[in-house]
Amino acid sequence: MQNNSMLKKRRQSEVRKASAIFLAPVAILLLVFIAYPILDSFNISLYKWNGITTDRQFIGIDNWKTLFLDRSFWFAFRNNVVIMVLSIAVQLPIGLALATFLDFGGKKLNGFKVIWFIPLLMSSVAIGFLFRYALATNGGIISTVSSWFGGGNIDLLGDPNKALLTVIAVICWQFVPFYMVYFMAAYTNISYDIYEASRIDGASRGQYFWRIALPLLVPSIKSAAILSMVGSLKYFDLIYVMTGGGPGTSTELMATYMYKNSFKNLNMGYGSTVACGMFILISLIALVTMRLINSGKEK
Amino acid sequence: MDSMKNSKAKSIVSWIVAFIFAILWLIVSFLPFVFMVLNSFKDKFEMLVKGVFVLPDTWYPTNYIEVLTGSFWSYMLNSIIVVAISLCLLLFISACASYPLARFRFRLNKPIYGVIVACMSIPIHITLIPVFKMSTYTGLYDSIWALIGPYVAFAIPISVFILTSFMQEIPREIEESAEIDGCSKYRMFFSIILPLSKPGLSTLAIYNGVNMWNEFSFAYTLTQTAEKQTLPLAIWQFQGQYSMNTPMIMAVLTLTVLPMIIMFIVFQDKLVKGMTAGAVKG
Repeated sequence: MQNNSMLKKRRQSEVRKASAIFLAPVAILLLVFIAYPILDSFNISLYKWNGITTDRQFIGIDNWKTLFLDRSFWFAFRNNVVIMVLSIAVQLPIGLALATFLDFGGKKLNGFKVIWFIPLLMSSVAIGFLFRYALATNGGIISTVSSWFGGGNIDLLGDPNKALLTVIAVICWQFVPFYMVYFMAAYTNISYDIYEASRIDGASRGQYFWRIALPLLVPSIKSAAILSMVGSLKYFDLIYVMTGGGPGTSTELMATYMYKNSFKNLNMGYGSTVACGMFILISLIALVTMRLINSGKEK
Repeated sequence: MDSMKNSKAKSIVSWIVAFIFAILWLIVSFLPFVFMVLNSFKDKFEMLVKGVFVLPDTWYPTNYIEVLTGSFWSYMLNSIIVVAISLCLLLFISACASYPLARFRFRLNKPIYGVIVACMSIPIHITLIPVFKMSTYTGLYDSIWALIGPYVAFAIPISVFILTSFMQEIPREIEESAEIDGCSKYRMFFSIILPLSKPGLSTLAIYNGVNMWNEFSFAYTLTQTAEKQTLPLAIWQFQGQYSMNTPMIMAVLTLTVLPMIIMFIVFQDKLVKGMTAGAVKG
């Protein structure tokens, strides 16, 4: 008996040792490139520092005070929230509609799927540049189409009132295929028997969708919404390339604001503060929504 | 009888409406590509004079020749090196970490897994300045080697998340019999778990490969000279050089998208599955 428990202990310590060895590389990388930088960002946020010279000046929480009162930062945050809300409101329904169309249509509609998927293959940078030209006032797609119908040139990215909505449209163009594929995968999880049974019982396709498929898809829709939400709050590449936050500050986001402060104006102390503020806001929003969604599950 | 006819007519009408929307979205998705490819074959002035959706007079390949005889290949090579090394490293160490998390019972298992997965929602921007600082201190700044660390680190959370759930599905019987034969944990990992995880690893390779291939923020922050930069920045550099020459930019864009399109044609279903890897299991 004693022998047995000793053996167990030895095996346990072996398991512990093996786990430590297997986890070590990942732990080191996460510590060096994620955990330490986060702490360091909070540290840098207490200094006035240009990022180049070694001397930096400790200024306590001055940067944080500035951040709280910084209209530009809160305006950028507002833009992020607008993108978040409209992304969820536009991308998910269109993605779901396309997926439903493909699910009902079957293999015959594969051609649609292939072409609908293509935007997802482009990098955000490439999309940003493409649309900078494709939406140009002179010789852009929209202007050209409008001239076919006798309209004039339309300035989309240069007009502060339209720029944000235009950018959101491009973001939707990019990510609708992602949610399409996502919901297609969700559809394959609904067993075919359920579909067949409902059809035999005389349900039309529409009834099947609204009464049976949609309720079954709710968990997927929820996680898609979380994905879209976190993604929208972190958004950077496409907007930085397409508008650079402009015209004026009309499409400024937290991330572009942070980047400009740090690497263009070389105010790394304040840039770090903006990054930390962004980190705190995203974490809070993510935590609260996860809570809300999980508490919904328990009921 | 009448109601059946009615519902049939209704179903036809709804299919027609659906098709109209489907084709509309087809145009919306595809038109920018038509714009890109069509204009990339035009002469600088032809596009402005004749309009953007007119076929080029002669398919004018000079833009492509100029791009391809320039520094394009150096960007391409840098991208390939960075992605290849980062991917190999990432897949190996993520598999290592997922193995104990999926298979061993120890007290810290759940908390460690939780922390790794929670890293998924961290915005890279909070690490940008410190990582920039580190790269200048270590002398890696402005070289492709500076990119590998951050690329791997930020891909770890999703990779461990997916691989752990993948490894949990592998049946335990094989391991149990191997254990009776006196096989150590390490040999078990290399000769049983790793080979059986291949499908999971290939999905992850696609998902992370695409992301790294397209990565912009770190590449833009950590490299400066053109010879050290990756493909997404090539567009940026060419844009500075040829800002007035739209067809030239369109040629660069087409060339950067081309590798992805070829991949898509070759591995269609695998790529589609891989690119939503992060979402499907979530």
